[in-house]
Amino acid sequence: MGESKESGAEERPKWDNKVQYMLTSIGFAVGLGNVWRFPYLCQIYGGGAFIIPYLIALAFEGLPLLYLELAIGQRLRMSSVGVWRSISPLLGGVGISSMIVSFLVSLYYNTIVAWVLWYFFHSFQEPLPWSQCPLNENKTGYNIECEKSTAVNYFWYRETLNITPDVGISGSLQWWNVVCLVSAWSVVYICFIKGIDSIGKAVYFTATFPYLVLTIFLIRALTLPGATDGLVYLFTPDWEILKNPKVWLDAATQIFFSLSIAFGGLIAFSSYNPEKNNCERDALVVGITNSATSIYGSIPIFAILGFKAKTAFNNCLEDNILTLTNYFNIADQNMTVENYDQWFDHFNTTYPGEVSALSLRDCDLKNFLDQSASGTGLAFIVFTEAVLEMPGSQVWAILFFIMLFTLGLSSMFGNIEGILTPMRELKLVPKWVPHEVLTGAVCLVSVLIGLIFTLGSGNYWVEIFNSYVGSIPFLVIAFFEIVGVIYIHGMKRFSEDIEFMTGRKPNIYWKACWMVISPIMLLVVFVSYVVIQAQTYPTYPAWNPDYESFPETEMKPYPDWVFAIIVILIVAPLVSIPLVAVYNLIRRGLKKSSDKGSLNPYKNEAFEIETHEVKPRD
Amino acid sequence: MFYKIVLFLCLPSVLAEQLCKPNAPDGLKVRLSIKTALDSEAYEWNRNEKFLFQATIAFAMSQYTGQEFKVSNILVCDETPRVSFWFVVTSPANLSQLMSKGVVELAVRKFRNRINNAFLLSDETLEFVGVLPTLASPVEPATPPWLIVFGVMMSLVSAGIVFVLVSTVVQNKRKRKQKRDDQDDDEETRVKTVENGCDGVYNTSFSEDEPNTRM
Repeated sequence: MGESKESGAEERPKWDNKVQYMLTSIGFAVGLGNVWRFPYLCQIYGGGAFIIPYLIALAFEGLPLLYLELAIGQRLRMSSVGVWRSISPLLGGVGISSMIVSFLVSLYYNTIVAWVLWYFFHSFQEPLPWSQCPLNENKTGYNIECEKSTAVNYFWYRETLNITPDVGISGSLQWWNVVCLVSAWSVVYICFIKGIDSIGKAVYFTATFPYLVLTIFLIRALTLPGATDGLVYLFTPDWEILKNPKVWLDAATQIFFSLSIAFGGLIAFSSYNPEKNNCERDALVVGITNSATSIYGSIPIFAILGFKAKTAFNNCLEDNILTLTNYFNIADQNMTVENYDQWFDHFNTTYPGEVSALSLRDCDLKNFLDQSASGTGLAFIVFTEAVLEMPGSQVWAILFFIMLFTLGLSSMFGNIEGILTPMRELKLVPKWVPHEVLTGAVCLVSVLIGLIFTLGSGNYWVEIFNSYVGSIPFLVIAFFEIVGVIYIHGMKRFSEDIEFMTGRKPNIYWKACWMVISPIMLLVVFVSYVVIQAQTYPTYPAWNPDYESFPETEMKPYPDWVFAIIVILIVAPLVSIPLVAVYNLIRRGLKKSSDKGSLNPYKNEAFEIETHEVKPRD
Repeated sequence: MFYKIVLFLCLPSVLAEQLCKPNAPDGLKVRLSIKTALDSEAYEWNRNEKFLFQATIAFAMSQYTGQEFKVSNILVCDETPRVSFWFVVTSPANLSQLMSKGVVELAVRKFRNRINNAFLLSDETLEFVGVLPTLASPVEPATPPWLIVFGVMMSLVSAGIVFVLVSTVVQNKRKRKQKRDDQDDDEETRVKTVENGCDGVYNTSFSEDEPNTRM
């Protein structure tokens, strides 16, 4: 018995030190969403007031679920499939669901990383390619599509995505996107090639670099004109918004997805820890760091958005000044941004009819500040536009895209871990297949399937995956996780497990959250999410140059076959939960063992006491 | 007679005034934004600057058409504090006949750069209303720079992957060789114990014996 125990311990990899583990977990939790989803939510939900529901959701939903995953992984020392199978064979499907969902998420997530790489490669050009419109064919003017929208929009929709006007029109493979996708997966492969030995080294850079860049941006952004306007406006709390239930729902949803729960990656990472590790402190550190990063990251984002709004506002005023100066033939630069109001009033009172006939632009700083964007829109359109106005644009663009790259990469580590380790435990591959080959195979298959996202309609598919696959299945899996640990494994046993690992039992706060508050919150979030999605037929914004109000995006409904695919994508990962449960029930029914139908066939009281007392003290 | 002379002398200026007026069919409006372009180094618009303008247009017309234009062929009127004015170009052959707007436009377009530089201005700050600037096509290098960066990164990554894979294979080979050597040693000790007089089936769990039995 000693021999097999030793070889078992040798086979399971371990972290070199605690720092690697913490950085990997934090890097997994902190991802692109912290930078481009949270500031957007803050902006539309009353600025600083949003932090309150966010922190409440963190305390009552995020931290308990996080602690649960880390604890169960560390105790049972297996990845998601093994953990749920040992708690109860009926729950085995939960692990399989985690694996499938992790795979689906990594497919589209790495496509976004590929786009970040594309922009990164282009940031070395002088001038930046998204700063000017290309000329049209006969060189008499600029490209029409670019003229109507902006150069930045054109670069994103046409030169990067080459997007088709409809999700049904697939277009062809865009070779440059394929090339970037292959690069992104190659980088993931080389970082993952030796399992956590190589990831553990990579995270020293990928997990810490974003903080460095955010700090640099913070210092730079605060010196830009308009930064304080942005910060003040966007952080000023609007307490009225807290009465809107949608705010609470979005806060709970955001904290849940932000922490990367139910991927299986966190369970796997903590299973490589030594047995007596204080996972309570780890959970608190990871959770609080994740939220703190979101809040910290939104400061430079808001400052830069404020700068961009101020610049746009000044440009608007300059346009009006030029129109008025040309029309009334006053001396050049007599009318400036500073004395605009006085001149305007003077003209409006003396020649009101002519002034209104000039159709001046309506310049309101608030309007510009209210323009919000999230996701790829924030990174690839709004931010790239802001960077153009900053002196030394290339440097800022390069820094920004490396930051996004490292954020995405460290999250990919968790995703891949959530695929590979369960595959091993499910015995899907024979043992003699080395780790490098398995990782390479997974990366290769992902590249081939990910080619879908390099088609002309690829961006639409990424949105579909992001909205549906990357949301509902996780809520269901997390619900089963918490129910499985607390009610099937048993709160008593779990408390003893934690006492064994950390030295003390969980206090009343954790118990209350696990047993009552978090499951209820998950259920409420899940139900409201489904209800809200079901209320309107899902539509998507399409980039259609032939649309009448182009450059606005055209809201089109999803065609039926796409809707069917969406439903399949949501149901397919979750179907393994009931399937495995039913399969095991039938098997037990057929065996007709004398187990008195207890749910947990491994629950042999005799062994339990023995294993606790007789554990070798390492 | 005297009156005829006076009339004759006044005629050109009168004609000039009638030839050059705002919204003249063959006239072009010009707008200068000197302060916007030059800020603190802006110069005052005066008669001499106007003279320079007339000279540059005469230059452009002469170069373009081949005929010889003089400064007096360029008539400027309706000057405003904006620094905007209208101008027309009279034909060198017949002072009462204007050059067509199209010809003037083409001449200006061809030598826009020279005209701009004479005033230290650009296409936006020296505006010929209605004349579109010829757009400079963006410089496109032979190899797109992004491919260069991509090439560098991918070669590093590929080299890294190959290096790691090769070193793993080499390490595994070495380990296997060592294991085989260890196994040979084990077999020798096992054979020794059998030789010492133990019959029966050999129980391998005792071969790696430790001083203390594990519980």
